[in-house]
Amino acid sequence: MTATLLLVQVLNGLQFGILLFLVAAGLTLVFGVMDFINLAHGVQYMIGAYLGATLAALTGSFWFGLLLALPAALVFGLLLEVLVFRHFYERDHLSQVLATFGVILVLNQGVKAVFGAAPMQMPLPEALSGGVRIMEGLLYPSYRLAILAAGLVTAGLLWFLVERTKLGMLVRAGASNAPMLSALGVDVRRLFMMVFGFGAMLAGFAGAMAAPILSVEPGMGDNLLILAFVVIVIGGIGSIRGAFLAALIVGLVETIGRSMMPDLMRLFLDPSAARQTGAALASMLIYIVMAAILAFRPAGLFPVRT
Amino acid sequence: MTWRDAALPAGVFAALALAPFLGFGQSHSLTLLARAMIFAMAAISLMLLVGGAGLVSLGHAAMMGVGAYAVVVLDHARITEAWAVLPAGVGATALFALATGAIAIRTSGVHFIMITLAFGQMAFFTASSLALFGGDDGYTLYGRTEIFGARLLEDRLAFHFACLFCLVAAWALVRALLASRFGRVLRAARENETRVRALGLEPYPYRLAAYVIAGAIGGLAGVLLANATEFVAPAYLAWQRSGDLLFMVILGGLAGPHGALLGALAFVLVEEWLATLTEHWRLIFGPLLILCVLFLRGGIAGLLGRG
Amino acid sequence: MGIETKPALARRGILAGGAALLAAPALRAQGAPIKVGLVAVLTGPQAALGTQLRDGWTLGLRHLENRLGGRPVETIVIDDELRPDVAVTKVRAALERDRVDFVVGVVFSNILQAIMRPVTEANTFLISTNAGPSTFAGRGCNPFFFATSYNNDQVHSVMGQAAQDAGYRRVFLLTPNYQAGRDAMAGFKSRFQGQVVDEVYVPLTHVDFSAELARIAALRPDAVFTFMPGGLGVNLVRQYRQAGLQNIPFLSTFTVDEATLPAQGEAALGFFSGANWAPNMENEQNRRFVRDMEAQFNYVPATYAAQSYDTAMLLDSAVRRVGGNLADKNALRQAIAAADFRSVRGAFRFGANQYPVQDFWLCQVVRRPDGRFQTQTVRRVLEANVDPWAGECRMPGRV
Repeated sequence: MTATLLLVQVLNGLQFGILLFLVAAGLTLVFGVMDFINLAHGVQYMIGAYLGATLAALTGSFWFGLLLALPAALVFGLLLEVLVFRHFYERDHLSQVLATFGVILVLNQGVKAVFGAAPMQMPLPEALSGGVRIMEGLLYPSYRLAILAAGLVTAGLLWFLVERTKLGMLVRAGASNAPMLSALGVDVRRLFMMVFGFGAMLAGFAGAMAAPILSVEPGMGDNLLILAFVVIVIGGIGSIRGAFLAALIVGLVETIGRSMMPDLMRLFLDPSAARQTGAALASMLIYIVMAAILAFRPAGLFPVRT
Repeated sequence: MTWRDAALPAGVFAALALAPFLGFGQSHSLTLLARAMIFAMAAISLMLLVGGAGLVSLGHAAMMGVGAYAVVVLDHARITEAWAVLPAGVGATALFALATGAIAIRTSGVHFIMITLAFGQMAFFTASSLALFGGDDGYTLYGRTEIFGARLLEDRLAFHFACLFCLVAAWALVRALLASRFGRVLRAARENETRVRALGLEPYPYRLAAYVIAGAIGGLAGVLLANATEFVAPAYLAWQRSGDLLFMVILGGLAGPHGALLGALAFVLVEEWLATLTEHWRLIFGPLLILCVLFLRGGIAGLLGRG
Repeated sequence: MGIETKPALARRGILAGGAALLAAPALRAQGAPIKVGLVAVLTGPQAALGTQLRDGWTLGLRHLENRLGGRPVETIVIDDELRPDVAVTKVRAALERDRVDFVVGVVFSNILQAIMRPVTEANTFLISTNAGPSTFAGRGCNPFFFATSYNNDQVHSVMGQAAQDAGYRRVFLLTPNYQAGRDAMAGFKSRFQGQVVDEVYVPLTHVDFSAELARIAALRPDAVFTFMPGGLGVNLVRQYRQAGLQNIPFLSTFTVDEATLPAQGEAALGFFSGANWAPNMENEQNRRFVRDMEAQFNYVPATYAAQSYDTAMLLDSAVRRVGGNLADKNALRQAIAAADFRSVRGAFRFGANQYPVQDFWLCQVVRRPDGRFQTQTVRRVLEANVDPWAGECRMPGRV
């Protein structure tokens, strides 16, 4: 593999990792602060993509679509919070898992009933439809670079919010000991709602940004949800820093593993078998990484709770 | 344990035993009931982990899958005798559970959920890459498992009672385990691990044993599932299936193995029924789940136990 | 557990209206409706394909005034959820509770494999309107099984032949890592004699193809061959265009079709596909089919719909040929095998293994004057093609 190809793969891995981070950030905050397992977080990502695609089609502009999708995703998240999730904060994890799974079923089927089963598309913005030539014959789409940049900016903002503001301090305090925070007179309910809405918006943002490169279809959030869970568990639940690092690890392992595994296998097996086993192994790779990390650090890389 | 805890499941078993003679004797009803009983068996074994040891596994479908693929491997070698298939299915699953459990049990809480998911996914991708057994397309069995050369299980009624027998046995075993000293240690370790350690007991081997036993029962359910559909595919190992099993357990209630039994039967039958009503049945099933969790705190078993 | 019988009763209630019209006692047996179980995936990410398949069948019946060979029809729609064990349970219920006379449909071959035995062992005719695995074309051929679609290998080999004809020497192969994906590569290579520069497998849940696209750019092949059904194809096609690779010819099967084109749009323009049918085929039957599909369901039909539509016409002809008597399985089988109907594809007949013998075309994505996208035939690649497995089939003469 040449150096340029490796560079491209690293870029791809980072970009995928950033997308994962946007989804995982909300998940880890909601989980860390509220001790609430929200399986429906992946659906927020799907809703974001559908909102983006629909609003872009209605307004005729990618930017309006993206801009309007953010508050729409926020409102949708808050609506779910009020209708369903808030009734489950006091319940055990199992009840939360079951209830949020119910939400997944409804919303996956719901978007199908509303938008039809066929995949939808969101057009690329005119200004970013070109690409940067990074190797002979291959354009690296400007839009992907934009995702990378937007994700990094968001991650920076998030870090600032959580580490440097009073609100962030409360969130961190909530993540390590919520009952104590409540005893100190903080309105935990309101804090919860804000964190929740914010998390939903981040996932929706990720979905709307991914919509122009991925197919917008029912159930598109399900597999990403699993990866996002892998990310927050590797990173340590409740830790933004951990989620960021873990998202990049998962993104890179997934992308680079996929392109190198078959070559690696070719050292032991004949080419055809190597390609198939390599592909199967590449799919397993992140799970192997997660199992290995958990076997040695059962609370993840950056455990928050003591 | 009150008399209700025994009366309720006894009633269910009696109903299942009589069902073929009370108008549910057509083979499609029996197919559906067999499917429900097989999932009930898997749910009961998962109940041992969730309700007994507090270990929430999101990889239990892999246990059924390993059992089912054991049948496939033997079928491919034209071995369909029960004396070979049953021990192979149960043994292979127990070994798989031992190997994965040894690592998984080092973690707890949500980390345990995720690490079992990870092993489940590894098993899923492995099954998908087995080109010899159809890969992702799955494998059609040559025939159902035979008992000393007799093709007994081809008869739907015989298969119905074979499933019922295994189900009762699984229920009795899990119930006895939970009531024994073994079960008390598991529960005590779930409630307060430090205290159990202070008593000089190491929870790890108990949990591992529970994981292996649950795996083995799951494997048996897998062997039966393979026989019921005469077809095995990697879809049997998908994480969504593990999720379904978990929901059956929670839906039924965690008070005892009969909860998982009721949860599984309700889940399979309601799902089947709703699907015949409308294409958008999930729009009904989802809220139903949410309402169940919201209002049936003790699960279905809790509801029936009160009445 | 009365839940079992209730929906069945409800269904019978609906059809009573049709049956009541026939009063003459002699006709009663003939007047009872024919029941057809239609298996399609209607939930999950691949539901778009199942919807096409179902709608094609529905339109076929509408054109036949809801009758097959003069007898009223009742269709029982079965959502297989792309879960084999669910499919088996539901299909058994359809066979044993609803006593269906035919089972038609099936998008994916893993579902077909799962329901093959339950259906054929019940001596019921199973007619696949899409899935066409090699398993049942060769040694596993079955007198109760017909396919109105194709054998998988044929479609992929069309592209192999097309690549050969175009003089490409170095081709890059890309498919999902599952049985049909491996079959696709084998099918392509069966007719392509040039060099395969690399073959890459991706998981079925793949969404980001950037790693694979970088590899393609690095190898600079003469063409790319791929098989990426449904959402996979939507992602690949758009990312292929965004990566600026459109100068490398894009040869595909089941990747750019009318089910995915609405989401692929301009990104797919000019891309190639191999198929047994395209919406622009010039025959009266097809014009009516495409026009009414668009009017009725507001989308351009794909092969899934076309093959299902053909199946409705096929069964109509078969039931008419046996005079509505479905009891004599041998006569019915002969009547189906005769394929005495006008296909939207033009020429159509069954081979000895009861798979179609038909032409295959190289198709290309175009934009129609009304702004919609569809595939269009470029040239005929294979004429009256028999699938490569037919020779291995030892079909029994009588059942």
